[in-house]
Order: sequence, then C-alpha cells, then structure tokens
Amino acid sequence: MAEQREDEILGKAYDSRLMRRLLVYIKPYKRYVIAAIIFNISVAALGPIRPILTKIAIDDYIMNKDYNGLFMIVGILFGTLIIQAFVQYFLTYFTELVGQKIIYDIRMQLFSHVQKLALKYFDRTPIGRTVTRVTNDVDALNEMFSSGVITVFSDVFMLIWILIFMFSMSVELTLITLAVLPFLFWATFLFRRKVREQYRKVRQHLASLNSYMQERVTGMNVVQIFAKEKQELKKFSSINDNFKTANIKSVFYYAIFFPFVELLSAVSISLMIWFASGEIINGVLTFGILTAFIQYMEMFWRPVRDLSEKYDILQRAMAASERIFNLLDDNTVVKDVDNPVLLNKVEGKIEFKNVYFSYNPGELILKNVSFTINPGETAAIVGATGAGKTSLINILTRFYDIESGSITIDGIDINKLDAKELRKHISLVLQDVFLFSGTIKSNINLGNSEISDDQIIEAAKTVGADNFISQLPNKYDEEVKEKGATLSVGQKQLISFARALAYNPQILILDEATSSVDTETEQLIQTAIEKLLVGRTSIVIAHRLSTIQNADKILVMHKGELKEMGTHQELLARRGIYYRLYQLQYKDQEIVKTA
Amino acid sequence: MWGIICILISNFGQVYIPQLIKNGINSIFDKAESSVILKFVILITAVSLISGLFRFLIRQTIIVTSWKIANDFRFDFWQHLQKLPLRFFQNNSTGNIMSHATNDINSIRTFAGPSVMYTIDNGVKFILVFFIMLSMNPLLTLYALIPSPFLSLVIYLLMNRVHAKYVRIQEKFSDLTARAQENFSGIRVIKSYVREEYEIENYKKESREYLNRKMDLVKIQALFIPVFLMIAGMSFIIVLWAGGSSMINGKFTIGEFVAFYAYLSMLIWPMIAFGWVATMVQQAEASMKRLMKIFNEPYEITYSEKSETKKLHIKGTIEFNNVSFRYKDNLPLILDRINLRIENGQTVAFIGQTGTGKTSLVNLIPRLYDVTEGEVLLDGINIKDIPIETLRKNIGIVPQENFLFSDTLANNLIYGLDEENENLIKNVSDISQLSKDVEGFPKGYETILGERGITLSGGQKQRSTLARALAIDPKILILDDSFSAVDTHTEEEILKRLKVFMKDRTSIIISHRISTVKDSDKIFVLHNGKIAEEGTHQQLVELNGLYADLNTKQLLEEELSVMD
Repeated sequence: MAEQREDEILGKAYDSRLMRRLLVYIKPYKRYVIAAIIFNISVAALGPIRPILTKIAIDDYIMNKDYNGLFMIVGILFGTLIIQAFVQYFLTYFTELVGQKIIYDIRMQLFSHVQKLALKYFDRTPIGRTVTRVTNDVDALNEMFSSGVITVFSDVFMLIWILIFMFSMSVELTLITLAVLPFLFWATFLFRRKVREQYRKVRQHLASLNSYMQERVTGMNVVQIFAKEKQELKKFSSINDNFKTANIKSVFYYAIFFPFVELLSAVSISLMIWFASGEIINGVLTFGILTAFIQYMEMFWRPVRDLSEKYDILQRAMAASERIFNLLDDNTVVKDVDNPVLLNKVEGKIEFKNVYFSYNPGELILKNVSFTINPGETAAIVGATGAGKTSLINILTRFYDIESGSITIDGIDINKLDAKELRKHISLVLQDVFLFSGTIKSNINLGNSEISDDQIIEAAKTVGADNFISQLPNKYDEEVKEKGATLSVGQKQLISFARALAYNPQILILDEATSSVDTETEQLIQTAIEKLLVGRTSIVIAHRLSTIQNADKILVMHKGELKEMGTHQELLARRGIYYRLYQLQYKDQEIVKTA
Repeated sequence: MWGIICILISNFGQVYIPQLIKNGINSIFDKAESSVILKFVILITAVSLISGLFRFLIRQTIIVTSWKIANDFRFDFWQHLQKLPLRFFQNNSTGNIMSHATNDINSIRTFAGPSVMYTIDNGVKFILVFFIMLSMNPLLTLYALIPSPFLSLVIYLLMNRVHAKYVRIQEKFSDLTARAQENFSGIRVIKSYVREEYEIENYKKESREYLNRKMDLVKIQALFIPVFLMIAGMSFIIVLWAGGSSMINGKFTIGEFVAFYAYLSMLIWPMIAFGWVATMVQQAEASMKRLMKIFNEPYEITYSEKSETKKLHIKGTIEFNNVSFRYKDNLPLILDRINLRIENGQTVAFIGQTGTGKTSLVNLIPRLYDVTEGEVLLDGINIKDIPIETLRKNIGIVPQENFLFSDTLANNLIYGLDEENENLIKNVSDISQLSKDVEGFPKGYETILGERGITLSGGQKQRSTLARALAIDPKILILDDSFSAVDTHTEEEILKRLKVFMKDRTSIIISHRISTVKDSDKIFVLHNGKIAEEGTHQQLVELNGLYADLNTKQLLEEELSVMD
C-alpha cells in the first residue's frame, strides 16, 4: 500500500538534475543516437516533401496538360515514399535499440548495487519494493528513451520543415494558416491543464477505491463476523460513484477538445479558401499551393496535439528515475577495508572480546560477550528466544558490524578483512533452508564451477542426501522449483548440508531447524550433522539434544549476555539457566529417544 | 441509442465538408463571385460546428454510459464478493481479486465504450465515404482503394505475430521479476557463500534475453509505420496519377481532386482502428470469462428460513454433536467427531499445540465455515436455521489476526454498531485496558490508524480488537489467542474486568498460556483434532497428562524470565 502510494506520486515533468544523470547513460551509444538523429531529420523532411510534389504536379503538369511530367512526379513520389518507409523502419529500430540497451545497463547497475547492500537495507525494505525498482521502474524509462524524447525531436524537425516549405510557397497564406495556431495552443494548453487536474482527481479516487477494496478483501472476515455487509456495500457504492463521476468529468474535456480542434482546422481551411480565392483569381496563388497547404495543415495539427501525451510520458519517466536513483544512492553497505588482510590458511580459532552489538542504536542486543573457540572445536549456543543467538552469528559473518569490542579469527580482527574474503572461509547453514530455482546440483554448488560434479556427489553422499537424489528421475539435474516446493523439509535440509560441505569451509555455522521431522529423517539429519562438524571449527545454534551432548562447549545466552559456559554435564550440575533450558527444550527428546 | 443517432449526424457533417471544399475550390476555378465563395466558407465552418457538437454528444453518451456500466458492474462484483465464504478469500490472493475488480472491469469498459464507439463511428464513416467517392468517380475510387485490403491484411498478419512475441516478452519479464524476488529473498545465502558475482552474471543473461526478445518484437513492430506509409501513400499517388490524368482530360475537377484527397485520409483511420478494436474485443472476452468465474462462485453459507427463528433471543448455550471438519475434500480432517457442551454464562477455554484445530473449532460457531459432518446447536437450534445476521450479531469474536481498518480508532471500536456511542467506547476501552494508551494519543479516539496515521503495537491492536468485539454487546464472546502480545500484568487486569462484563454471557478463550485459562469453568485440551482432556485446571493438573506437562514448562519459563 505504501508502495502503491509512493508510486502514484507524480512530480515535475522535467527535472534537469535527473535528466543530466539519465543522459549519462546515453554516452556509450553516441553513434546510435547520432544515426537516429540523422534518420529523424530525413524522415521529418521526406513527409512534408510530398505535398510540395503534389503542388508541382498540379500547377506545372496537370494544369499544363503534361502527361509525361505527371508520370515523372508520380515516379518521384513513389521513390520518396519507399525511401521514407525504409528510413522510418531503421529509425524505429535504432531508437528502440538504444532505449533497450540503456535500460539493460540501468537494470544491471541497479541489480549489482543491490547485491552490495548490507542486510540492514533488506531488514527495513520490503522485498517487493526492491523488485519493482529493478523491473517495472526501469521499464518505465524505456518509454521515455524510445518513444518519448526521440519522437519529440522528429515532431519538432517536421514542424520546422513544414514551416520552411509553407513560407517558401506563400508567406501570406502561411500567416493566415498560422493565425489559428494561437487558438490551438491555447486550447491544447487549457485542455492539458484541465485534463491533468481531472486525471489527478481520477487517480485519487482510484487510489481510495483500490485501498478500500484492498483493505476489505484482506479483512473480509471482520466484515462478515460483524455482519456489516450492507453498510460496507453502501460505503463502497459511494466511493465507486465518486470514481465514476470523476471519470465522466474527464470524458467531458476530451469530448470538447477533439471536436474543437476539428472546428479550428475547418476554420483554418475556410480562411485559406477565402483568402486564396482572391489571390488565385489575381494569379498570385495557384491551386497546387492551396492543395499543398490543406495537406500541410493536417500534418501540422497532430504533433501539436500529441505534445500533452509526451508530457505525461516524461513525467512518469522522471518519477521512475527519481526512485531508481534513490536506490542507487542508498549507501547501506558494510564498509570495505582500505588495506584488507588476506586470509590464506585458516586454523579456525574464534575469539569474541567484550562484544557489544545493537541493530538499532540504544537497544543493545549483545552485552559484553567474550569467549574463545579453539580450532576444530564445536560450540553449541543455547538460549531462549530473543537471547541473542542469531545475532552472534550475524556479526561473526559481518552481516552487521559490532558496536564495540572485537571479534578475531586466528587472532586477526574480522574488521580488517574484506567481508567477502571472510565469508569464503565460513559456511552458513540457516534454519530456513533457502533453495533457488534451478537444479539439485546448482543448489549444492550455487553455480560455483570450481566445485566439480564429483565433489558435489561426494558431499551429498557424506550427508546422506545421495540416497534420495539418486532416486529422482534426473538425479542431480532434477529441476528444483521456486523455494524447493517439491522437496520435503528433511530433504531440503540435507541439501543445505551438502551445500555447506561442498564448500569445505574451515569454519561452519549451523542454525539448527526446529521443525519436526519423522524419526527416520531425524536419524539421517543427526548423522549428517555429526559428519558435518568433523574437522572444523563449528558454531551451532542447537535445538537437538544430540548436538549439545556432543559439543565441546556450550555457550548459554540469556538476555543478550553470555551467562554460563561449559560442557553438558558441568552445566547441568550447576542447576542454573542451562538446567532450566534443558528441561524446557531438550528433555522431551530424551523421552522420545528412550521410547 | 442516442449515441448512434449522434454518430450518424456527426458523420454526415464530416463527409459533407470535403464536398463543400470541392465546391468552393471549383467555384474559385470558375471565377465565381466572392459572395458565392463566402457562402461556402461560412458553410464549411457551420457544418464543422454542427458535426463537432454531435461529436461531443457521442462521447457524452457512449463513453459516459460505459463508465456507468463499469460502475454498476463493479457494484455487483462487490456485492457478490462480500457474500463469498472465507474459504474463497483464502484460496485467492488479494492481488488476484483486486485485479479482477480493476483490470478486468476496465477492459470491459473499454469494450463497452471506445470499442463500440470506434466500431460504429468508423463503420458508418467508411460506408458513407465509400459511397460518396463512388458517386464522384467510381473508377478512381476503385483504383484508390486497391491498396487498402492489403493494409487490413498486413496489419492483421502483423498483429498475429506481434501477439506471440508479446507473450514471450511477458514471460521473460516474469522471469526477471521472479529472479529478482528470489535473489533478494535468498540474499543471506548468496552473501554467505559469496555468490554475488555469479548471481549478477545470471541476471545479466536474463536481462539480455529480455532485451533480445524485445528487439525481436521491435523488428516486427517497426514495420507498422512503414507499411502503413507505403500502402496509404500508394493510394494517394494513384489518385494523383489517375485523377491527374482525368483532370488533364477535363473529366475531373481540381475541387473533386482535393475532396478525394480529404476522403482518402478519412478512410485510413477506420482501417487501422479495425485491428485495434479486434484486440480490445479479445481482451474483453478474456476478462469477462475471468469475472464470470468469480460470479459463479457459490455463497456456501446460507440458511433455511424458518419463521420461528427470525426474532430469536439468544441465550448462549453451545453444543457440538459429532462435529467433523475439513477445509477441502481431499485434505485431512482438522476436527474429528467433536462432542461438547458449553452452558450459557460459562467461561470455557481451549488449549493445545498449533494446528490442533482450536481456531477451526471456534470459527464454526459464527459459521465462518460450515461443519463437514455433525451439527452445532445454539440454544438447542441448529445454527444453520438461524439467520446469519442474527447469529453473528450475537457473537463477539476476536480473531487471531487482529485486523483494523485505516480509519479512526473510534470508528474501529464501534465498527459492529450502527451508530456512535461515546460512553460505550469509553466503557469497552476501560475493560480492554486501552484507555490509558488512548490518553497518550494526540487526537485520542479520533486518531487515525494505519499507514496514514499511527501504527499501533501488537498489544494495542489486540486490545482494540477486543474492545471492538465487546462493543456489540455479544451474548457469546470468543477470544482466539487474543492476549499473545499483551503482557501478563495487563492481561490479568483485562481478565478481571472481563469477568464482570461476561456475567450471564458465554465466553470461549483460546490460548497457549496456562495463566489465561486456569480460572475457566472448563478447559478442553485439543490434540490432533480431538478433545484429549477436559476439566478444570485442578483436575487437569492432577490428571498428569498433556495439560500438566504444559503447566510445568510454563512455570519453568517464568522462572527463566525473572532470572538475570
């Protein structure tokens, strides 16, 4: 809804600041643009030549009864027509090509920019909005580049040509023809203003109709629970009527404008005939000129009328580019380090020293957290919801930067590392497995060609995913639908384990899923996890009894602080927070196991 | 009807103008007196004025009517929509329903308005112009019109190819959208495995394919103007050639020649419009089909009208007899042969894990869904025999998703009433512990909620929906997990006040919290669609089953939360 409203705001039709930025994108295609302009000028000239040729045909040949001359002119006319048709084709083609190439560039720039944005951006921006920027908004620009700007050029060129031809034939008749022009301008201006005002009202009514419907459809259960259908229908009816009335008013302006323009053109023709009659009788003007002028008039009217439409296109494009540039200017990125340290061989020693962290300033999520995990160790993090477990892994992977304290890997502060460099050594397995549309294979190697097919299969075998994959019709090339809809929860988890293993990281972070699976799958997953943890430093947000029992140390998080640390038995004996957590979250699994 | 008369008059005027121009020019040629020429000049303007007036009336009748039709259509659509069962709204996304109400109705309006107008207008114009040209010079008319069937044919052929290409573009655009959506949703995975470059390369491929498909279309589309130029231009050249020859022979006047030119340009637009209207009609047809699908959706929730239940005074005794329920035929049972009885004035609670059917069970009482098997009785009457409005007006339900309208808080609170009542608002706000919050709002009860106003916290929303349900003075109150976002202290306060309010009324509470349900007259523990345990708090704790287990856990949680 906010999205919709934001998208409806129409600003200025021309903003030089935005325009300058947009024009930068044309630069790489200078040659195309120059070609398009040349085509433009020729097409604009070829159209207005025909009435001139008609005039010559009438005055010089028909009136002089010259069959051959007439035939010649017809031939020339035919020739210009063919040339015009060809040039017109290439003009359309090249302007579209430039427009498409530019929006391709803008789209890719935008998409690449979004890839760099920090998670903070994604936290506060609905995904739909970012998607709209990259898709619809970029496409709205196309209209401006291909049909808007360039046709304005050709319209202007054509008007100039027509004026040149008209003046060369008869200055007086031209002036008489143009005498109506101020009225046309005035009418168009007035019409445009009225229509724009009315259009805005229509949009407003449409917006309130839409938001009314949207809200009632979403809350239909409330409407029905309170049996308010009759009253709601009344309300709907009045909003619906307002929308209708606003539209009918705008119909009125169109109904007045078009006939008025026709009337103007009739007046103009009348004036021409009236004026020409005397001049022709006096021999100053010819019939050919009169005929040519009547044709020019029709050519003249259209571009002037179209101006208002161009205005709307430009306005929409400006609004879209404003939103696009806003996103491009968004600098929510995890800052790159000037001279990043390179990590070659990672042992896997992780140390947190007095770490403080908050998502929003003033709301501390982690307070004074310090611990060390030695290479090859498995640390389990436990705690109630909101204790800060997920935040711990978010800062270790530098999805977010900490407020104070330090996090080191093998003694190197992670702030001195490039975020990408850091992440190359860490595999993260999230609670909600995210699968991309593609194949099983592409979901394990994530498109990394350095991971061979053998390695993929090896990884899948190790975590026990190979069993079900090899039973699929296309095995590792089996198509995975959006979000892996065709796979079971357990299968998705096994794939995400295989993914982590295929990347063979020195550090593994695992956020165990809580969703319940059947006993058989549970067995598979437990075995897989055990294999996953071997030989690397691992941090696990644990939801499984088996995981905490096997961990080298357990970190007990409580209200953002590290409250207890030790092995399962040590912590149980302490009878503190862990003891209660254990009874609350893990003890049931013991019962299931023995049962 | 008036529209058609207007079209006729206006077109007669329009086609008459070239005749006047012809006569005017001919009279110049004949060196007629200036008064004769003046007559034509004035006539041209006058006829244009009259024709323009009727042209104005065409739009004011046909197009205005089309908006009225759309308006009525949308009204009917909404009226129908409101009667559809909740099931429909769960199976159809809001966006989908909205697109029916806007896009589809709009394409029907375009059909009823512009399409009809252009078809009749251009049809009439075409016939008139054709016969006038024929009467002026039959041979020249035939010559001039030789290229026009080609124009219609070529436009038709191109349109066909354009459509196929257009579909391919739309498909790619959906891919682009889906890709972006997927990428942004999975950004954590992409970042943690450092796959940004790969994703960018992938998106490049998609974007490039989109560009290629667009240019594929452009290759065809760019043909339209040249083809049109060529074919229409050929007509003019033929007229110049053949007409010019006739003029040299003296069989054709210069005035006729100019008029012929004018008529030809009148003919070209109808031929183009033809193809355009054809597309409009196709779209309208598809839209109509989609709309009819919704109009054919059954209401499902109906009641058999029996006079004795019309003015029913509901006391609030609820009985479930062997009630089973499933959402769809092929889905498993959510509720399995439930039997229970709630006396009027009692407070009962349902507790159990998510997905055990608690919400489904209470939704059966106001008939948001109908039972699959068995029957629900209210005061001994099958609820299917009670008018829905009577039934629902007596039940105050606070649903799990606390939905409030973007209106003032006051209007939200009295939503279930027909008139305003300040005392009532104050009263129900006190019970639901909302008053204190409202004091903090700058505009009090007149504060607008939602995106144009203030955003309420989860707890405030829950308490507002509670107040809204209390305001209708219900005989039966259903609280579906209504305190999940309210802190325990406030919850106790609310429960204390509710106890007074709910004297002589039936209340049903769904909760996960033992503290919320422990004082109820009776507690039902639902498990896998069945009632696993029932009794008072004390009885259930002693039973040492599911309820007792939950109780222990919640005590532990409480202990944990107070620890530092």
